[in-house]
Amino acid sequence: MKPGSIAIVGAAETTELGRIPDLSALQLHADAALNTLADVGLTPADIDGVATAGESPTNVAWYLGITPTWVDGTTVGGCSFMLHVRHAAAAIAQGLCTTVLITHGESGKSRVGAGRRAFSAASLQGQFEVPYGPMGAATMFTLPMLRYMKDFGLSEEKLANVAVIQREWAAQNPRASFRDPISVEDVLDSRMIAYPFRLLMCCLVTDGGGALILSSTERARDFSTPPVYLLGTGESVETPMVSQMQDLTSSKAFRVSGRKAFEEAGIRPEDVDHLMIYDAFAHLPIYGLEDLGFVGRGEAGDFIWGRNTAPGGRLPVNTNGGGLSYMHSGMYGMYALQESVRQLRGIAPAQVPGVRVSVSHGVGGMFGAAGTIVMSNELP
Amino acid sequence: MPRPLPQPTPETAHFWEGTRVGELRLQRCAACEKVYFPPRPFCPACGHRRVRAFAASGRASLHSYVINHRAMPGAGFEAPYAIAVVELEEGPRMMTNIVECPQTPDALVLDMPLEVVFEPQSDEITLPVFRPTAAS
Repeated sequence: MKPGSIAIVGAAETTELGRIPDLSALQLHADAALNTLADVGLTPADIDGVATAGESPTNVAWYLGITPTWVDGTTVGGCSFMLHVRHAAAAIAQGLCTTVLITHGESGKSRVGAGRRAFSAASLQGQFEVPYGPMGAATMFTLPMLRYMKDFGLSEEKLANVAVIQREWAAQNPRASFRDPISVEDVLDSRMIAYPFRLLMCCLVTDGGGALILSSTERARDFSTPPVYLLGTGESVETPMVSQMQDLTSSKAFRVSGRKAFEEAGIRPEDVDHLMIYDAFAHLPIYGLEDLGFVGRGEAGDFIWGRNTAPGGRLPVNTNGGGLSYMHSGMYGMYALQESVRQLRGIAPAQVPGVRVSVSHGVGGMFGAAGTIVMSNELP
Repeated sequence: MPRPLPQPTPETAHFWEGTRVGELRLQRCAACEKVYFPPRPFCPACGHRRVRAFAASGRASLHSYVINHRAMPGAGFEAPYAIAVVELEEGPRMMTNIVECPQTPDALVLDMPLEVVFEPQSDEITLPVFRPTAAS
């Protein structure tokens, strides 16, 4: 993809976020898709490419009445939508399709029409992790963190502070699930989930969805929405088993994906005005800041403590409140992308002044996969 | 209800046969000498198919862990309990549990030396878990 040649022309979330017991997962995809089509002024007949995760693209295309000439069902966890953006850009550039709809919908809390999540006993996880009692993401995603804390001397206070700063952003966002201010003490006093992680260091579980529409920049001029240009994209995977990460204090998938995206965009971390780092748990912004090169190894806790990522800081991070305070349906990557688009359009509830370059970085599985998208409201 | 047990595949059967007879089996590549886990019939470092299983020493160190505080009734575990990653003396790491040790941050000290213990779960499955070595 030539930087700036493909644009996000439409972006919207589901009408409601949070607890939506009256919509199935599939209808959440559709609700987000219809809102996004309305955002651009298109109808399903205008869409010729469909990408989604969680549901099969066949379900989503048929349900919406779309006849695609290109589909992508890449499902690598919560960052799948970053990968869809990357693949869609390549497909549009190659002429496989012209107008791609990427959808996400998940009944994470209400579990209406939602699939079962379990590993087969014969899978690698089923043989070599599940027998030792991990109970979902809260006990697997968190497993590397004590190693990081010992190697770099990060305190529990500094880990807790990640949630405190993100709550400051959420306080400015009427759609955020949690908006009341919290202190480091509040986080450390909240219920222990999986030591060293307390409740307020863990993401929400909510219902919701979001969708994006991409086209060539040339064609973006036909739409009334301000285009968000793709400057660079990256993706990678490391391991399906968190216990098998090459280095428990750094994500290889983050490093590879981030480097690709920044190289393609021709930018350096200091060129970034706004950053979204998928935060299923409080340690993820720490890994993201370091593995994407915004700070050195072991420095992210102090960087956040120094209010650099907070409102008024020099690198605003997770300005919607993040998975910790805004919403988290299970595959949160779509909401990170939505907030990047809002910031670049200048319509975010907690709008950062003068955002020109935004980066959305997603994680999939338990440090299993990563996707990174560099976007701008200006052509390079 | 017992904990969920693994279902061996043809590629992992030798590992589970090993734990049943008191051996923690790793594999070593004949071409590049890489020692690896979990099992597969080729080397993940170089792709070579000539690999050999051998019994590891069973010595390890505590690399990282969480202590799960959420009891899951009927899931075979009583909270709080630690889910750990240990680093084997030969290099590979594996998820496991730490036994014969209080499940507390004070008792579970990173890098403490451990040794493997084999816990039979069924006729077919014996799980490797680890305990602090006598000296530690």
